[in-house]
Formats: sequence, structure tokens, C-alpha cells
Amino acid sequence: MIRNQLLICAGGACITSGEKSVKDVLVEELARNGIQDEVQIIETGCMGACDLGPIVVVYPEGTFYQKVNVQNAGLIVNEHLVKGRTVGGLLYTEPTSERKAQTSGDIPFYTRQVKRVLRNCGVIDPLSIEEYIARDGYFALGKALEMTPDEIIKTVQDSGLRGRGGAGFSTGIKWKATKDATGSPKYVVCNGDEGDPGAFMDRSVLEGDPHSVIEAMVIAGFAIGAATGYMYVRAEYPLAIERFEYAIGKAREYGFLGKNILNSGFDFDIEIRIGAGAFVCGEETALLRSIEGKRGTPSIKPPFPAQAGLWGKPTLINNVETYANIAPILINGADWFRSVGTSKSPGTKVFALVGKVQNTGLVEVPMGTTLRELVFDIGGGIRDGKKFKAAQTGGPSGGVITADYLDMPIDFDTVKEIGTIMGSGGLVILDEDNCMVDVAKFYLGFTVDESCGKCTPCREGTRQMYHIMERICDGKGQHSDIERLSKLANVIKDTSLCGLGQTAPNPVLSTIRFFEDEYRAHIEDKKCPAHVCKHLLTYSINPDKCVGCTACARQCLVHAITGEVKKIHVIDQSKCTKCGSCYEICRFSAIRKE
Amino acid sequence: MKSLEELKRIKEQTLKAMDLRQAKNRGKVVVAMGTCGIAAGAKDTLMAVIEELEKANIHDVQVVQSGCMGLCDREPTIEVSMKDQPSVIYGDVDDANARRIVHEHVQGGQVVAELVIKRGNI
Repeated sequence: MIRNQLLICAGGACITSGEKSVKDVLVEELARNGIQDEVQIIETGCMGACDLGPIVVVYPEGTFYQKVNVQNAGLIVNEHLVKGRTVGGLLYTEPTSERKAQTSGDIPFYTRQVKRVLRNCGVIDPLSIEEYIARDGYFALGKALEMTPDEIIKTVQDSGLRGRGGAGFSTGIKWKATKDATGSPKYVVCNGDEGDPGAFMDRSVLEGDPHSVIEAMVIAGFAIGAATGYMYVRAEYPLAIERFEYAIGKAREYGFLGKNILNSGFDFDIEIRIGAGAFVCGEETALLRSIEGKRGTPSIKPPFPAQAGLWGKPTLINNVETYANIAPILINGADWFRSVGTSKSPGTKVFALVGKVQNTGLVEVPMGTTLRELVFDIGGGIRDGKKFKAAQTGGPSGGVITADYLDMPIDFDTVKEIGTIMGSGGLVILDEDNCMVDVAKFYLGFTVDESCGKCTPCREGTRQMYHIMERICDGKGQHSDIERLSKLANVIKDTSLCGLGQTAPNPVLSTIRFFEDEYRAHIEDKKCPAHVCKHLLTYSINPDKCVGCTACARQCLVHAITGEVKKIHVIDQSKCTKCGSCYEICRFSAIRKE
Repeated sequence: MKSLEELKRIKEQTLKAMDLRQAKNRGKVVVAMGTCGIAAGAKDTLMAVIEELEKANIHDVQVVQSGCMGLCDREPTIEVSMKDQPSVIYGDVDDANARRIVHEHVQGGQVVAELVIKRGNI
């Protein structure tokens, strides 16, 4: 008889922070106390609060233990499960009220979210198809097989669901176009090639709830008339691949994949295609070439994949998160889906909230939620009491949202108006210590590396832009550089074939638009206002504060600091490499960074 | 898997196994598991309560453990708090008494008067 269930988050972040060894300790302690048959341990997908990991939740109370490690994991067994005493030291303390949260329901990070896509992540065992079924899994498929393909497509269309991969194209229209296209066979493809730096929404869905994607792909196959599906996922996601593969096996065993699914006469199966992690393969035409075994380079559209996709046949390609929305729409209806979100962007969006916020992790909120709610209510504000500067959205294809737009509802269309994109949902929060020129340079560097090289403007243009960014950061910027960057950026946007090139200049254009003064400070004053760009920094010693402790002189590897004990020290600017180690070691705040 | 009926059956079966994770709002049985309670047999009491609730098909009552309530000479003790009713603390709850309390109090709504130590919150 089971009296308690321990749910351990086995998402990627918690595994990295030691989930497996915590689990081993729990198993050992349960056995030592002889209660291994009364307490069940279940590993779930990502629970979302990644910087609180490893997370252990004890049911039936739902007690939420965070930052569990091998030293303190035993307390959960010996105190909570054996003696009935909550382990206070492992509870989450709410930073503003300093109250201890007993359950996830007491933590604002969780209470503000609306979990639709992530409905099962962190709740069920991703390896258990039975638990997926218990949460209404495969009932949408059962329902769909009793509908006509047109009825299914109409429901998806009425829901207003838009592609969660980034561009926000109507999913229903895509389904209809693929169904109406002539050509046979047709294919269903899932784009799991999540490539934006800092984004992990799709990985978490594949790791935490793989059946939700499988079920939707079968439904899509039935709706458009396809018998084969491909899951394209990058090789950097080994756990996602492993769990998805296992889930495919289980779905076949239960008859949700294979011949004559649920006695309907419909056949469908899914194969996994592992990508090598090229960013361009997230672009749909390049992805399709990669599945075909060719080099992943994009091709001109039209024809769209709906007309001529895989091997020239009509192909439906949707993103992981888009598919994860399908089953609830079919079960609850289009109106239910529209009950949250905005009229033009209904539903929810999953964000990977990272950067300088207190609570980083995976969050799902209704479309139209403001950046203020995301950063300050769910994210708990900026770390170390610093000031919010901007949020970077859409990865290397996007731009920034500044403090002036904190109260703007975020959806596909509003972010586009201010020069950035929703993208797949990466949300990197930047504070006053981030240099916007440096941030733009980082993203541009990413696209320079990831450009497939097919189009000259993208291949050469982004590299030239990068050179200009480099010289601005090195203090060699020229007065005409901002104008030159903008001009080059617009040529690249206008003349590149695929989305990668067309959007690659966005981080630069967006930061020029909102932070032109920072660019000018770099170029004209040779200063980096955020004190990030190394070549624009000067370290010096404040004679009023220096006590002559010699710590900095001993730390300096290039012997640029001279001075005797108890006398004021001096930095030789001609020798200084600006490594900042004196700044770090000084206990008297005597080192000035300007 | 050939029909929706089969799917429903798996759902019902698995929901039972996942029951501990569902919200349970009708009431709560707290078993005191201090050293004194455990020495007096609180672990058997705990398992008896869980087993009896399962047998009676009651899924909206939470069974949790607590530390010592401070009534060491009447251990094992349990506290039954049903929604909208004052909670009741029982003493000397061995396996048989635990089953009786589940039947008469949790299921039947009748307090088992002879085992009561205190009514109302401590």
C-alpha cells in the first residue's frame, strides 16, 4: 500500500544539478527505514523552476522541497516521511515577504502561470503512457478519429492557434493547405530543432510529455491524409530523444501508432530524425532537406512545404509546442482555447525565462501577459537589486523590449511593432550591467557562425557587420558606423533567401533603435557605459581609499601595479591588460573601473 | 488498444494509482509520528488508515503525518478534521481503532466518542 509519492524533477536542469544522486540517496534511505514499499518515487519532466533544482515534491501534502542535495535528501525521508516533520530548511522562501512556501501553490512563480502546453510536465512520469492516458491522453485522438478531417481542421482553424515556432502563421490554414494539396504520399513533420541560445521550451515538452506530441502528430496525419511522420530533433537533446523514442515504442505497443489505429482503419507511424545541431535546420525547408539526408540548406518559397515538401510531396511541418496544443483543443473545443490570450493571438505561450531575473526557468502564461508580470511577478525581479534594462526575445532573429514597454501586452503582433519577434519563446532578461552593443555583437556572432553560406548577403554581410561591431567595442568605431550598419542590415534583410539571413540583423537594428546613445558613447566618447567592453575600460586606484595592502599588486599577473606596503598603489596603464582581477580582489573598493 | 472503452478503463485504473497527487479537499487525517507515536505503533495506524480509506473507496481525504502532538501517554494519536467540522483528536488508536474511526467518523460522520481526547483545534 502506497502512502506517499515523491515526485522528483528529472528535467535537464535538475539532472545537471544532481537529481540522479539525490534519487539514489532517497532510495537508500527509504530502504534503511524499511518503508520502500510504502513510498513511491516518480521521476517527472521539468517542473519549471530550474534554478531551485533539484526539486522533490512530497504527496499527498504537495510539500515542495527545493535545492535538495545528497547531504540533505535524507532529511526528507527521516524527518518528513518517518517522523512527520516538514523539513523547514528545504522549503522555498519567498524573497519579498520572506515567508516559507509549503507547496508550489504558495509560490508566485507557479500561481501566475496557466499550464496548458506544460499540463503534464512535472506532474506525470514521462515514461508512463498510462499516466498520460489518466490525464485524458489519447482521448483527443479517439475523438478525432470519429470526426472527419475537415471537422478537425475547422476546429484547429477556429481556435486561432498560431505556430509557436516563431513566425506565428495560422496552424489551421497550414493544415488545410496541406490537406488540399495534390500529391501522394503526404508527410507530417515535427520541428524539434530548437536552436536559439537560452531556449529550452521544446526540449522540456519532449522530455516531460512526449506523448502529447505523438498524439497530435497522429491527429495531424489523419487530418491531412498522411501515414508517416518525422520527428526532427537535434542531437544535443539526448534525453529528449531517448524519452521520445521510448514513448513511440509504448504508443506502438498500445496501438496508437501502427496499423488500424483504434480500429479506425487509419495507419500512421513516426520515425525520429536526429539533426546535427545546425541552427539553419530550424528553418523548415533546410530541415526537410536534412531529413532527406541532404545538406541542410534552405530553398526558395514558394513552393511552400504544404505543396512540395519532403521529397517534393505535400508536407505539414509544425513546431513541438504547436503540436502540444492540439489535443486539448480537440477535447475542449476552439472556444475554450480562445478563453485565454488575446483575440489575434489566443492561447498561452511557453517562455524560457533566463538571464538576470531571480527565478529563472520554464513559464507558461496567457498571450498578452505583460513583460512586467513576467519579469517582476513570476521572475521575482532583477537579481541583486539591479535595474531592469531590457528583455531580449526571439534569440538571434529577434531584438529587445525596453523598460518603456514593460506594460505592453506581449503577443505575436505587438512585439513585431517594436522591431523584435516572439520567436520560439526565449526571453533573456538584461540589467544595467549588460552592454547592449556587446549583446547585439554576441547574437550577431552566433548567426555569423550558423549562416549556411548559400546567400552572399548573409554569409559575407553578417561577417562585415560583425567586424564593425567588433571595432566599435574595441574603441575603434568610426562616426559613420551606425549608418553603415543600418544600411548593410537592410540589404541583408532584403536579399537573403531564408529567415536566418532575413532576421540576422535584427539584434543590431533593434539595439540601435533603442540604445543609440550607447553606440554613440562607444564610438564618440570611447566609453562603454555598462563597463563591459574591455578595451574601453580604464582601471585606476583611488588614492583616498587605497590602504596599501598590496593585494592587487600580488594578484596582477602582468605586474602592472606598483607600490610599497601601506603606501598608495598605482596602475601602469601601458602594462594593464584590463583583466579586472585587481577590481575583484580589492576589499576597500579602491579600484575604479571607468 | 482497439476502443475508447479500453482507453477509459486504463484511465480509471491509473487515476487510482495517481490518487495521492490529486487535490483532496473533504478532509484530513493527521497521524502523529513522533518517537513516542512510532514506538506505540503509529506506523501500523498510518497504514491501517490508508488501507481502510482505499477499501471504502474514499479519495478526497488526505492522510498526512505530523510530529509529536504532546500526548505521549495516549499514543498513537490521530487528528481527524473533516471540512466545515471541528477537528477531533483520538488517542490509543491501534490498527483496529484506526479502521473503526475511518468507518464511523470519516465515512459515517459519527465521532467515535469513547476514543476522543479533545474536540476542536488544539
